[in-house]
Amino acid sequence: MSDRGESERPEAEGHSEFGRSTRRTFLSRLGMASLVATAAPAITTLAQRSEKVGQELSPAAKDAVPVTLRVNGKKHDLRIDPRTTLLDCLREHLHLTGSKKGCDHGQCGACTVHINGRRVNSCLTFAAMHQDEEITTIEGIGQPENLHAVQAAFLATDAYQCGYCTSGQIMSAVALLKEPCGPEDADVKECMSGNICRCGAYPNIVAAVQSVRQNAKQPKAG
Amino acid sequence: MKTFALTRAGDSGQAIATAAKATTAQQGADIRFIGGGTTLIDLMKLNVETPKTLIDINRLPLDKIDMLPDGGLTIGATVRNSDLAHHPLVRKNYNVLAEAILSGATVQLRNMATTGGNLLQRTRCMYFRDTAMPCNKREPGSGCAAITGANRGLAILGTSEHCIATNPSDMNVAMAALEAVIHLRGAKGERSIPIADFHLVPGNTPQRETVLEPGDLITHVTLPPPALGSRSLYLKLRDRASYEFALASAAVMITVASGKITRARIALGGVGTKPWRSTEAEGELTNQSATEAVFRKAADAALRGAKPQSQNGFKVELAKRCLVHALKLVTQTA
Repeated sequence: MSDRGESERPEAEGHSEFGRSTRRTFLSRLGMASLVATAAPAITTLAQRSEKVGQELSPAAKDAVPVTLRVNGKKHDLRIDPRTTLLDCLREHLHLTGSKKGCDHGQCGACTVHINGRRVNSCLTFAAMHQDEEITTIEGIGQPENLHAVQAAFLATDAYQCGYCTSGQIMSAVALLKEPCGPEDADVKECMSGNICRCGAYPNIVAAVQSVRQNAKQPKAG
Repeated sequence: MKTFALTRAGDSGQAIATAAKATTAQQGADIRFIGGGTTLIDLMKLNVETPKTLIDINRLPLDKIDMLPDGGLTIGATVRNSDLAHHPLVRKNYNVLAEAILSGATVQLRNMATTGGNLLQRTRCMYFRDTAMPCNKREPGSGCAAITGANRGLAILGTSEHCIATNPSDMNVAMAALEAVIHLRGAKGERSIPIADFHLVPGNTPQRETVLEPGDLITHVTLPPPALGSRSLYLKLRDRASYEFALASAAVMITVASGKITRARIALGGVGTKPWRSTEAEGELTNQSATEAVFRKAADAALRGAKPQSQNGFKVELAKRCLVHALKLVTQTA
């Protein structure tokens, strides 16, 4: 339902040169290659058809609403089905796939993003309700060459295993730094209770958050 | 999820006029206001709620907390739960409310959930949430699967043969003890309803949970001025230390003078089909000494009408101990 053409998609999927593929680009190229090898004509037909079907029969098209979203400082003019959650909009329309879908019911926290600086479950809100609000995702808080202090701390303390919950954990931890949260580990655990980690990396997540808070207290050298 | 039209309310009058066309303001309403969405969108994903029109009220000017001339507090309907819990006036004068809110959900959910929405929070009964199961609340006349099913977490007070669903809110329990008043604007004008009269017990109509009629918009909630010298506390017992609904909880507000309890306000959570104010317990406490024997009598009085189901008999004693312990904690430093 996005009005953004294929060519306008941000290059969010990492490097494409040999040897530096991300898991996502590798898998998608692998998938395409095998499809092309076995069913090239069918692909063309399907692609053409789905485009047509999409234009003519989309049941939600008549109800689509225009919305301007500001995500990581960038403005996006979209027309979306009002049922589109903010999470689905970020992932499927803006291709910002760092925010993850876990439970899709506000119970796991994998979808945590910031709206106007406050952390929320992006799966439990409709994108069209956030016209002109400042939305920040994991893609907006740091870059590989310039990590946010929380991202660096997660690396340093090994605060993840499979990584699926990590972007949500980091978004919660970044917000926590500015929230009324007591000094003890128990306080951090309570403030982070909306982010589930099935690998059980909790002790290291608490350590990461505490190390950032400790460092913030100390005066910076030189 | 069923499709719907999303509109943004420009002003309250417009929102109310649109919503007044709904066939009901209760379960299955075809037109609904949406605030934080943490309950509504969850239930829409399950097809438990299938509104055809949503009216986004988040940009209405209902997000203020102010002290009233009499020393009470007015809380706008769209004030977020986290803003309410951390507000200096709430911390200072209504500690029980801050504690109750912070004991529920998570930071993310509290950043979204609104005061008005929390008043309308829906039960977590799994049969209500599963459209494949019978549920008199969701589909009147279809039966109650919980009475013969998994009812460990469900209510023991205010139940009927048609429904035993627990009101899951922590905030509501504190609001009940604080004698909050809920202010509505509707098609026929403004009304103010004490929280004790706002929620309904299921009886023969479990689909009706509140007195809300089509078009009724909760605009704000007021709290009376804090009782002089009173101390308050919210104690919540649950299966996990965090992020879990109450098995039993107690909101207590007590004034002690010269060794006697001069004023008591008691409400229980996790055990009732609505936020459970216990005037019976208050009666047992008033003009008595703050002793464990008195607390126990009050707890017995609060649970006298309890009707446990096959799996939740433990809640009777748990709720009593919860109340006794809360009363001990709140009076030991008084």
